[in-house]
Amino acid sequence: MKYVLVFLKNKKAAFGLGILLFFVIIAIFAPYIAPYSPTYMGFVPLQPPTKQHLLGTTATGQDIFSRVVWGTRLSLFVGITTGLIATVLSVVIGLTAGYFGGLVDDILMTIANIFLVIPGLPLIIILAAYITIKGIWPIIFVISITGWAWGARVLRSQMLTLKNRDFVNASVVVGERPLHIIFADIFPNMLGLIVANFFGASIYAVLSEAGLEFLGLGNSNAISWGTILYWAQNNQAILFGLWPWMAVPGLFIALLGMSFALMNFAVDELTNPRLRK
Amino acid sequence: MRYISKRIIFFLITAWTALTMNFILPRLMPGNPAEVMIAKFQGRLNPQAIKALEIAFGINVHQSILIQYMDYLGRMITGRFGISVSFYPSTVSKVLSQAIPWTIGLFGTSTVIAFLLGTILGIRTSWRRNSPSSSVIVPLSLFLNSMPYFWFALIIDYVFAFKLGWFPLGGAYSSRGNVTGWISIGSILYHALLPGATIIITATGGWLLTMRNNMMSVLSDDFVTFARAKGLPDQVIEYKYAARNAILPSFTGFAMALGFVISGALLTEIVFSYPGVGYLLYQSVLNIDYPLMQAIFLFITIAVLTANFIVDMVYIFLDPRVRLGGGE
Repeated sequence: MKYVLVFLKNKKAAFGLGILLFFVIIAIFAPYIAPYSPTYMGFVPLQPPTKQHLLGTTATGQDIFSRVVWGTRLSLFVGITTGLIATVLSVVIGLTAGYFGGLVDDILMTIANIFLVIPGLPLIIILAAYITIKGIWPIIFVISITGWAWGARVLRSQMLTLKNRDFVNASVVVGERPLHIIFADIFPNMLGLIVANFFGASIYAVLSEAGLEFLGLGNSNAISWGTILYWAQNNQAILFGLWPWMAVPGLFIALLGMSFALMNFAVDELTNPRLRK
Repeated sequence: MRYISKRIIFFLITAWTALTMNFILPRLMPGNPAEVMIAKFQGRLNPQAIKALEIAFGINVHQSILIQYMDYLGRMITGRFGISVSFYPSTVSKVLSQAIPWTIGLFGTSTVIAFLLGTILGIRTSWRRNSPSSSVIVPLSLFLNSMPYFWFALIIDYVFAFKLGWFPLGGAYSSRGNVTGWISIGSILYHALLPGATIIITATGGWLLTMRNNMMSVLSDDFVTFARAKGLPDQVIEYKYAARNAILPSFTGFAMALGFVISGALLTEIVFSYPGVGYLLYQSVLNIDYPLMQAIFLFITIAVLTANFIVDMVYIFLDPRVRLGGGE
């Protein structure tokens, strides 16, 4: 609780958390906020914004505002789930490599470095193009598998500085098993870093998902901010002058990304006193 | 020397991994995706081309996987990527080689500009931490850095090309008539301006934040305090003492950042229909042209690896600790 208060006192953190909560509330209360069903296709198509349709309508006569509101659910879900999976991978791989050292470390870190150097989006695009089942889980899988390496490297180096501390040595002497030492003794001391890492992975997830869906590599019938942009682009929204169709979902993606970035930045500042002042 | 051989080995391992992924991925997927592709192009390609595709993706071949793999490696190393099914009968190498100069020209130039600009701004904003310009620039770059690049490209395209009409909507050169000589160079630059600006604006933020963080770490080091105590001029401390040390992690972080920037650049090309590698990748995905897709992925990976390797080598000159065999 004490740490949460310290976190919230940081202006950047509070602002970032505020944005995230805003989207969480929209996602939870989507049925009450959205004026129409997001899939109803009976309106006059390609309308500019009006009082009835705040952001206009799509080429198939759907209300864009309702779609953006409902889309929050999926975008938020993919962002957070992928962030979590990638973080779990980073934690397991980074801590194992750092704790055991030697050959295990060499192998795991070479793999991490390879994943870091191979450019993410082209790999994601290729993977997504091979996967013939279109859905949310393939996207989550593909982004997680490419998004863990940076975190693993950061956590490994933290592990290296922690594992020679006295409290760890004490556990070793008492005869605790490695798994217990890693996860019960060392893990809690890295929580700050792990949380920062989660925020970083989530930004990556949100942006990659949007990019993939914009390219039509996701399930284009699902309702998320990325697919709204895909349909806007495919129907040449911009050439019709229907800019809100494009601007608003993109802005929401940017805001969600920024909320994670702000919290990430804040944790950095709190855990690294040199960055304060 | 140990450092150089380590970097070379890493280069080779990574290149091999990328090659192997290209081989394994389509074979791992449930229901070989290449069969779908071949079925789609049946009748449009001649039987010889189909046979070549079947060999490349391991369909109806009665060879052990190991022989297929060796055969594949041999073809890749000698640059025989096969035939592009969507640009049939052109070979993949030919299609790809037409796209590469555009991407290297546009992307190379704008990445270098973004790196220099971001680094200089990072130094400035960390030095004058509480100046009004810093308090605008830092949150702004945080925002620019966490936004979908392709969306920014769309907005820029809408405002400056569609609404204001100052720039062309897309493409790389004017298609009107036979423009030659200086006029064609002018036309190429004119078309490159908007996509280039998009990449520069979005990528600068990342370099700025990295450099600023490094600078702030260095500025709280004892030797900086000592330099201040000696009464050295600010200019000297800022650039000769702090920035010189702070730039090193920016270089080592180059690898990851480059991959990230490349991803943004690919999407930017797609938005502006710029005939580079990114746009080609998009077309190959739309047309399920797997041979072309594989070659593009391989090209991008090797390009990033090579850029990275060059940076690693430059690093030897920048950091004497590496030169003398000290730090990793």
